[in-house]
This record gives sequence, structure tokens and C-alpha cells, in this order.
Amino acid sequence: MKIYSFTEQSYPDAWLKDAESLRVNLPNRLCDPDVASRLYNRYLDEWMLADDLGLNIIVNEHHATATCMSASVHLTLAILARQTKRARLLGLGTPIANRNDPLRVAEEMSIIDVISRGRLEMGFIKGVPYEIVPSNARPVRVMDRFWEAHDLILKAMTTHDGPFSWEGEYFQYRSVNIWPRPYQQPHPPVWSSSSSLGSARALGARGHIVATVMTGYRAKTVFDEYRKGWKEAGRPQPTPLDRLAYMGFVAVGRSEAEGLRRAELVKSYLETNTRVAEPYKNPPGFMAASDAAKLFQRVGWRGPAHQMTTKDGKPLGSAAQASVAATIAGGLMFAGTPEQVYEQVVDFYQAIGGFGHFLMMTQAGHMDHKDTVESMTLFAQEVMPRLAEFHASAQLAA
Amino acid sequence: MLERTETASQLTEIAGVRLDLIKRGTGRPLLLLHPAIGIKPTDQVISRLAQSFTVIAPAHPGFGRSDLPRGMTTVDDLAYFYLDFMDALDLQDLVVAGISFGAWIAAEIAIKSTGRISHLVLADAVGIKLGDREHRDIVDIFTTKQSEVDQLAYHDPNIAAVDHGAITDDEAQIMFRNRETTALFAWSPYMFDPKLAGRLHRIRVPTLVLWGESDRITLPDYGRAYAGLIAGARFELIEKAGHYPHLERPDLFSQKIADFVSPGGTR
Repeated sequence: MKIYSFTEQSYPDAWLKDAESLRVNLPNRLCDPDVASRLYNRYLDEWMLADDLGLNIIVNEHHATATCMSASVHLTLAILARQTKRARLLGLGTPIANRNDPLRVAEEMSIIDVISRGRLEMGFIKGVPYEIVPSNARPVRVMDRFWEAHDLILKAMTTHDGPFSWEGEYFQYRSVNIWPRPYQQPHPPVWSSSSSLGSARALGARGHIVATVMTGYRAKTVFDEYRKGWKEAGRPQPTPLDRLAYMGFVAVGRSEAEGLRRAELVKSYLETNTRVAEPYKNPPGFMAASDAAKLFQRVGWRGPAHQMTTKDGKPLGSAAQASVAATIAGGLMFAGTPEQVYEQVVDFYQAIGGFGHFLMMTQAGHMDHKDTVESMTLFAQEVMPRLAEFHASAQLAA
Repeated sequence: MLERTETASQLTEIAGVRLDLIKRGTGRPLLLLHPAIGIKPTDQVISRLAQSFTVIAPAHPGFGRSDLPRGMTTVDDLAYFYLDFMDALDLQDLVVAGISFGAWIAAEIAIKSTGRISHLVLADAVGIKLGDREHRDIVDIFTTKQSEVDQLAYHDPNIAAVDHGAITDDEAQIMFRNRETTALFAWSPYMFDPKLAGRLHRIRVPTLVLWGESDRITLPDYGRAYAGLIAGARFELIEKAGHYPHLERPDLFSQKIADFVSPGGTR
């Protein structure tokens, strides 16, 4: 099992209690460049530590928000490509439907792959609804644009005989001939994130890696949809676990109390997801109109809220207001002593049928450097080796 | 001839597209082009206009229950479709009346061809850009809270509010379909065609520009400027109405159109 360490690189001092919205329209006067500089460099230091500890790295991208200062996943990956030695570098991901220029994505991903000597894991995502607004990409038929960009990027990376032209519905190029070509052949592994069943199936058909983010026990349904797509594309062998990735929170302490204290800090991420001004929550067309209509009938203009369940399907309520205990019961959080975290991960793994990549948010919000470093180190030294053994024997048994 | 009263819309194929069509009244034809929020058979303005006209009120492709051909993605496409529509029904001496987004379509039709059109009515029209690059003319409905949009769009916002718990499944489906199709056609450039202002001079039929005095989505001065770009166009304010005068003042709205179209009415 490959394990990746994650932070959103947030600016928590701007998470004002009375701000209706932390995203899109929170003024950047609340961003002190000096504070931001210290934070960016600290978060990069924590990823350097991940590399030293034998963990892999995952980076994301958001825009116009105090919850994530990483406005370009490519920039962070480029820095880490040069500064790390061993870690796989996962970008999850580039919102390729929101970018005007997929050729630029192909070029930059190739550079990162070459500088890192083939450590890039390339994630392409639809993105979150509210970031349609800063990018100004049209929210209708996003996935059409996504797949055209995806196809262009992969063709650019795998064509080696000189320029080709592209006159698509959304993108036009007269001459595509990228330098450099990527390090990994035929191209870096492609990932996408999905909690929607439609896209899980499409990813399975293409054989890309599907990551499901904090979906708890619903992850099983997503992976099963992936498996359908995998099989429908005519592949005789069952879906390998290395096509399946799950993201949760991880907080480790020397004592249960310390682990749970860190869990409280990292859980703060969940509270920010709902703090988005009404018009940005669900731009027209981003979700299928029929689904948006049904959602409106249920909750009005409030927009979707993430509901958790236990392993047995009992409702646990909304993730946003959940206690640490509820997030553990819901399969979003893995927290406590190393032994407890190990047991929780194994339990979750078995409940949803296994996965090959574990993406862990190890830092969020006001969780400071000391807590983050200790939690990551405890995980790497006392949980990760046992998980490796467990995963290896689970695969043998299968 | 007995007046046939339709209380619902019919699905019917015209010019190759299956359309959700309201048709009511007798007399010369009037093509009513609805705003982005759609049109309902129960909208009073239809019956009022039907006293003077054969009202033809389709839901635009992609709105209501009308199909949306895959290749239709711009208001320009809609304008060409409606020219085909007018040909298919062999409409002559036609009054084209549009509100807001429907008025934008009407203008895009009229700059291309007015061969079948006798009069043009544009109410609270969108579709042109007047301000500079840092100033928008039209409130961005896609990033404004709905309750605030209602305040800006209506003289009496109380008639606007939608109770999410009370609307039917069909009403909700249509509402969100209309929102999605509007975003398809009008996301960016936002609610305008960069070329349209420079082409309005091509409209050579009598044109009435109506504007709700309380319209805060598009201000009356925007409307005056719009009218100023169409030779001979008349600009009239409708009091106690916002962006949808056909909904808030259906009687007055209909009367102004009937008067405008009657002999001597364009003087």
C-alpha cells in the first residue's frame, strides 16, 4: 500500500468565525504576505520530512480561498520535484476543465516528471463547484471539456514524431509537439477523484486510478462502480487494488488523548467546506439539472451536505459538525495511538474491500508544526511498516 | 370563429426541434420570447395578449420541456433557429416581443432578417455591453444570492420567492433546467454578445423598448442607451414593475404592445 501525506496549505488565521464565506469572496486583505510566506515554507518543510520518512506526497489546488493557498498544484509539485528524493509526487489535482490551455498542463507535468526522474502521479479533476467562479470556466458540460483536455494531454505526452494539430470542440492547436517528453512511459499514472458514481465508472473504463475523498463507507460503492467500468472495457483480470485510493484524516499521538487532540485540529478542515456563500455552492450545470432540482426541493439554496454513516449504514449526520468520535466511526478519521490508528485503518480497509493507496490529511487549520511533525513521524515509524505487512498478506490471501 | 383556449402547453416539432409550445388567441401573430426564468401557460400576460393577437409562446430550445439540439450553444444559434421556426410556420407580419433574455434573442433575430417581422418589442433587454472592461452593465445573477436577485429584479419581490418545500417535481425540474440552459448560453461573455451593439443599426422595423422603472438587474439608462442604438425606437417606462413587467403589470404591458401595433401606433 502506498501512503501519501497531505496538507491543503491553508491560512487559518483568516478563518474568521463570523465570515459567511471562506472561499471565493473572502478579501485577500486578510492575507498577510509575511504570514503566508512562513506558512508556505513550513508546509514545504513538512513535505520534505514526508520524503525523509518514506512517505509519499500529495498536493492539491484551490483558488481564491483561505482554506488552501495552493493556487497551482504544478508549482508545488515543481518545487518538490527538485527538493525531494524518493517520494511519489501526486497532484490531485489539476482542474483541467477550468484551465484554458491543456497543452500547458502537458508541458508542465512533463517537466515535473523529468526533474523528479519519474516520480509524478498525475491527477486530473473536475474541481469543486465554487471554483468555477474564479476560473470563469463555463459550469455547463464541464465533463465534455474535461475529457477533451484529458485526451489532448495524453496525446501530447505520447506523440513523439513531431507536431500534430487539434481542432476540437473546446480547444484548438495548430502545432502540438511538447518538449520535454515525460520521464515515465508511456506517461505518468493518471488519477482522478470521484465520489460521483458516473465518473467512477468512466475512470474504471480507462483504467486510471480513482481516489475517493472522505466518503467514508460510501467508498465501497464508488470502488464497485469503478470495477464495473473496468470490467465493461473488456479486461479479464479483476481490478487491481493499485487502481483504488482513499483519502482520510490521520492524527497520531503517543497517547490516545494526544492523538485525539490532534484529530480535533485536523478535523477543522471539515468545517470550512460548508462555509461558502450561497451562489457559489452549486453553479448551474455543474451538477445534473435533475439532481440539482431534487437537492433544491430537499434543502433549498443551501447546497449539498456530506452525510456520514457507520460501517453498518447507521446515519451519523453531517460531517461538517461532527465530533472526532463520529468522524472515526464514519471512516473519515483515523486517530489515537499508533496501535489504534493501525486497527482503524485495517478495519476500514476490510469493510470496503481494500485499496492500494492511502492518502492522509496529516495537517489542517491551526495544527502547528510540532504537532504535525510528531503525528507524521509516529505514523511513518509505527503504523506504516505494519500496514505494509498487512497489505502484503491481504493481497496474498486474495 | 370561436376562440380556442389552451390551458397547457403542447409538445410539437417545429423546424426539426421538439418544442414546448403555448398557442392562444386569434388575430395577427405575436411571437413571445420568454426570459431566462421561463414561461408558464398560467402567466396572465398570455391571455391578455391573446385578446389582440395569436400568441405563439414557445419555450426556447433547452428551456421548459423543449429539446436542446447538441450544437445550439449561443444566442446566435437560437436566433437562427427562430428564423427557421418563422419559416416553418410561414409567419408573416409578425410582432416579435421578447423580455430580458428573450429580448436579446429578438434583437439577434432582427439584425439578421426582418422580412417576416412587422414590429419589434424589447422589454428589459440584455445582450449588449456599454460599460468599460471594469464595469458590468448587468447584475451577475450567477454569483448573487437568490433572495438578492429577487429584490433587484422585482418591484414587489414577494411574488418571486419560490418555496422549495412546496414546488412540484415537474416545476423543480424545469426551474433547474432553465437555469442550466441559461448558463450554457450566457455564462461568458456574461449575458451579452460583444458584437450586438455594433449591429443594432440593422434593425429597420418599428421598435418599442419597454422598461420596468424598478428594474435593478438592468437599469433604465441601459435601456435608454439600447433604444438609442435602434433607429426610431421608442423607449417607455412601466411603473411599479422591475425586470419582468410582463409578470408584474401584464395588463399595461399587453396594452402598450397592442397600442404600438395598432394603425398609427408607431407614430
